[in-house]
Amino acid sequence: MRISKSPWLLHYDGSSCNGCDIEVLAATTPRFDVERFGIINTGNPRHADIFLCTGGVNSQNQDVVRQIYDQMPDPKVVLACGICACDGGIFKECYNILGGTDTVIPVDVYVPGCAVRPEALIDGVVKALKILDEKADKMKHGGYRSLTSAEYAEKLKEGENA
Amino acid sequence: MAGKRSVIPFGPQHPVLPEPIHIDLVTEDEKVVEAIPSIGFIHRGLESLVTKKDFNDMVYVAERICGICSYGHGYGYVDALEHIMSIEVPDRVQYIRTLLFELSRLHSHILWLGLMADAFGFESLFMETWRIREKVLDMLENATGGRVIFSILKIGGLRRDVPDEVMKGFIPELDRIAEEIKACEGAFLLDPAVQSRLRGVGYISGKDAERLGCEGPFLRASGVEWDNRTRGYAAYGEVDFEVITSKEGDSYGRCEVRIKEIYQSISIIKQCIEKMPAGNHSVPVKGFPNGEHMTVIEQPRGGACYYVHSSGKKFIERMRVRTPTFANIPALAETLKGCDVADVPILVVTIDPCISCTER
Ligand code: SF4
Repeated sequence: MRISKSPWLLHYDGSSCNGCDIEVLAATTPRFDVERFGIINTGNPRHADIFLCTGGVNSQNQDVVRQIYDQMPDPKVVLACGICACDGGIFKECYNILGGTDTVIPVDVYVPGCAVRPEALIDGVVKALKILDEKADKMKHGGYRSLTSAEYAEKLKEGENA
Repeated sequence: MAGKRSVIPFGPQHPVLPEPIHIDLVTEDEKVVEAIPSIGFIHRGLESLVTKKDFNDMVYVAERICGICSYGHGYGYVDALEHIMSIEVPDRVQYIRTLLFELSRLHSHILWLGLMADAFGFESLFMETWRIREKVLDMLENATGGRVIFSILKIGGLRRDVPDEVMKGFIPELDRIAEEIKACEGAFLLDPAVQSRLRGVGYISGKDAERLGCEGPFLRASGVEWDNRTRGYAAYGEVDFEVITSKEGDSYGRCEVRIKEIYQSISIIKQCIEKMPAGNHSVPVKGFPNGEHMTVIEQPRGGACYYVHSSGKKFIERMRVRTPTFANIPALAETLKGCDVADVPILVVTIDPCISCTER
């Protein structure tokens, strides 16, 4: 496979148990070493192409997740890492869990697993790369722009009403 | 412009923190005069799940209190229930549990060394320690099938036995890990540049640490001999080990204690393998738990308590966990006072914060 660019990752721990977080970090360290492709874990949303979100969304952190997402420049891809981020997972029934990442921002790739294995994660990032390319292409040709979190909330509401 | 105060928010999303914690740093010039932590970003309400999940399934939820010390959380919960239900687990189970406990301590401490290296800006050291950590994860995967969350514990024993050959195979691997840690040790403890970042940073006296209720390596680094493993739960009563302390009381001391504990864990694991008794890996469990119990164990980050109360039904009534990070936050706020803004990340990392334990 040819990689057209080295995306930078941003990782935010929603309300995860840490299991997925350390696996995300482990994916950048020598055993799995995605850094050899220039894929860097950055701390700054403005520099990031791919947003790795672990853990479900709760009432305290939903605004943080939205903010981080909105700060990222286009094109951007969101990866839900671990079953918690996909749909709430084992904590779904907890009173403070609103659901997976897609309750507040649009998610492009879902990577299941509890905890997510670094191999699965890398596979997810490869998928994300393709989506990133497509989005970049659309931006060049048709002025494409990702939904903001507010627009996404609007859309979710419409879906509920319909 | 001395005397002018400003507030610098730190977190919840910050490069050195894998987890969200928010601290408002009140600063005067470059000095921190006050630190006000605020938490709640990872609160899930996990303890309430006891009323929704069968007490047997709850083991898996307990393990997911935290993914780094997950094994210990599972152990605490299982041990409390076994006491309530008066279940005697076979000796072999106790030994395997101790072995797995130490393996997870090993991976947790090595992980911490890496985060510490990252915090003081030594990236290649971070990579090196995490490379070593992968070997520990391999062992854990061999023994249990999982890398970070094992789900091998169950009430009444283990879900599967760990064959003797597999455990024997750990010994050469452990020797290699000890050698590699030895090679890194100099960078943490002898390198002058690293020492300049660690020595004297975040000093807390043993008395203060005790008064503020600190736990674990953080407390032991101030010279206080306190380790719950000496209570002799699981097979800790039958293996030789000494409580490791340091006189330094600063970030350097905390590094030293954790590095020494790595060697200690390796020695405990080897003793367990040598003494490993034969026997069953679980006993049958009948009935529902009725009663209450509090288990106290030593997690990699310090002492943790697990309280379970149940009244003979399928669902437990109350579970309560107290975790070491929670106990260490007041001391963290104390040590942050008077430090430089640039040292804040190091100090936060020295308590080895595990926010998802703290907030559950
Ligand atoms: S998916 Fe599993 S390992 Fe990952 S954050 Fe959720 S509970 Fe933890």
